[in-house]
Amino acid sequence: MRYLDRSGFAGLLASLSEAGYDLIGPTVRDGAIVLDHVDGAGDLPAGVSEEQGPGTYRLGRRDDERMFAWAHGSDAGKRFLFPPREVLATIHRNGGMRAEPVPEEARPFAFVGLRSCDLHAIAIQDRVFMDLDPAYRRRRERAVFIGVNCEVPGGTCFCVSMQTGPRCSVGFDLALTELDAGFLVEEGTPRGSELLAAVETREATAPEVDEVERVADRARAAMGRVLDTSDLPDLLYRNRTHPRWKDVAERCLACGNCTNACPTCFCHDVVDDVTLTGDEATRTREWATCFSAEYSWAAGEVVRPTHAGRYRQWLTHKFASWIDQYGTSGCVGCGRCITWCPVGIDVTEEIAAIRFRDGEVVVAG
Amino acid sequence: MSAASLDVRRTQPEGGPTRIAVIQRIVPETPDSSTLWSTFRGSDGRGYAFGPGQFNMLYLFGVGEIPISISSSPERPQRLGHTIRFTGRVSNAFRGLEPGDEIGIRGPFGRPWPLYEAEGGDLLVVAGGLGVCPVRPAIEWAMRHRERFRRLILLVGARTPSLLPYQEQLDWWLGTMEQLGVELHLTVDEAEPGWLYGVGVVTTLFPKAQIESARTTAFVCGPEIMMRFAGKGLLNMGMARERIYVSMERNMQCAVQLCGHCQFGPMFVCADGPVFRYDEVADLLEVDEL
Repeated sequence: MRYLDRSGFAGLLASLSEAGYDLIGPTVRDGAIVLDHVDGAGDLPAGVSEEQGPGTYRLGRRDDERMFAWAHGSDAGKRFLFPPREVLATIHRNGGMRAEPVPEEARPFAFVGLRSCDLHAIAIQDRVFMDLDPAYRRRRERAVFIGVNCEVPGGTCFCVSMQTGPRCSVGFDLALTELDAGFLVEEGTPRGSELLAAVETREATAPEVDEVERVADRARAAMGRVLDTSDLPDLLYRNRTHPRWKDVAERCLACGNCTNACPTCFCHDVVDDVTLTGDEATRTREWATCFSAEYSWAAGEVVRPTHAGRYRQWLTHKFASWIDQYGTSGCVGCGRCITWCPVGIDVTEEIAAIRFRDGEVVVAG
Repeated sequence: MSAASLDVRRTQPEGGPTRIAVIQRIVPETPDSSTLWSTFRGSDGRGYAFGPGQFNMLYLFGVGEIPISISSSPERPQRLGHTIRFTGRVSNAFRGLEPGDEIGIRGPFGRPWPLYEAEGGDLLVVAGGLGVCPVRPAIEWAMRHRERFRRLILLVGARTPSLLPYQEQLDWWLGTMEQLGVELHLTVDEAEPGWLYGVGVVTTLFPKAQIESARTTAFVCGPEIMMRFAGKGLLNMGMARERIYVSMERNMQCAVQLCGHCQFGPMFVCADGPVFRYDEVADLLEVDEL
């Protein structure tokens, strides 16, 4: 393990920029920490703290200059690797509707500051897209990932329950642990080691190395939420007529914030547009939400007309059928769906309620 | 998932390209559906083949794509029939097409009817309304290879006679079926003047058909509620869950297991279906809004 001081960290980001990477990192905008294109370490949220709860997200000030002493904003890597709107093809009428692929991005992404939950989320989306979507695969394979081990989880976090954190374990080229004056750096790939060689580092001392696990322990102890994952997927499969679905439906606005904030939700619409001249059409894909009526429109009707049916679809997919489909849960325990739900619906609470009255059914509609 | 199907999903992505086909003939079937008969333009049909029960994504320039089962014979894959019900924004735009117009075809996708399962025994087809459309290629194939089956039994129902597709060819079908010894029973929920066949829901035909459950394979296609009752009816007649197949329908926007819309429980209808063995979906069919 290496030790990198704060100026070395700035130098690492600068060297990524110089090498042609598009730096994507956390930065403060509109009262939140967002993931966006950043110029360097100076854009990162130094001295910023975060408060998260069901339906609550607030920034505050710390009395130090820590850059990563918070959990995460609403963005994850998904917004870049699987963009909210992506043109799939342009199609020309003349010459008979021949599709032309859309050119690729000029610069590969370098992600800075993704948490273990977010790295796991990318590994989960890999199972959806890698094999079937060349554009995703290209972006994914060209990208560099610098993870950060969490020390201050949010009030809605439960990565320990989902076994996806708080310490980075997959998908990073480099993983950082932030200390007062610098960073401890773990090298995850040869590419990470190569990048690290561009800046000045020293061997980490034994007490520093111990600190990595102590940081993770502090994060584990501060986890905002717990979820009992035993007996999933079957718990949800056998409770498809549980009264809790109706209960949560009375609170759920079906707004789709949860599916937008979720770092693994991959459902999308494929939309066709045509220019005013009528000669050129565009195929675009856009994030969709299973909470909308049109999502399930088929054969002239809406398959899931009620909020109860839609909430059940989302929760059951995320925590149960995802396992059958992709061999992993669709949830990484980041808690974004809880934080960004306008009415503060909490998946850990909903699943616990179903478990508490396991087998209960609605008798009359 | 079979390697072949994965290969189709890789080479026919949601962004296209599509093969171009030219509309040759449009046959109105019911008040809200028509069959578009088309042939591929130029060399666009090269290598195109499909199995009975598979579907294509039909593209109308600038308007969108919809999943439509193929209703023509799999032995003539260059001449495709797609029966479209005009229910939504895109399907209604198809209503305005005329012979000579071009459409895009991406496919074929999905798991076909397993005709080989029925070979050597009896094939029973139970279809309701436009549920005839996805199963018609299987019927045509079975009739063409009549010797491979013992009995061929078709039970077809609709709400009213005018909601039964392919009536233009009904006389030809009846004649050919008689020659081939195909047992066809028709029924409607509500008769109209001149209707010569049965009255009642399609399951009322089960006793008449004298199904020999031990040697029969059933293909069932229709509205979900009809498949639910038909499945139970066939079980009551002694058929095994593993000998019954149904064809499911869900929203599909990509057809390559990416867009997520067609999920039915843990299944993706576009890739795991649309044809399912009844025991894979029987419990799910009992749940509302799945």
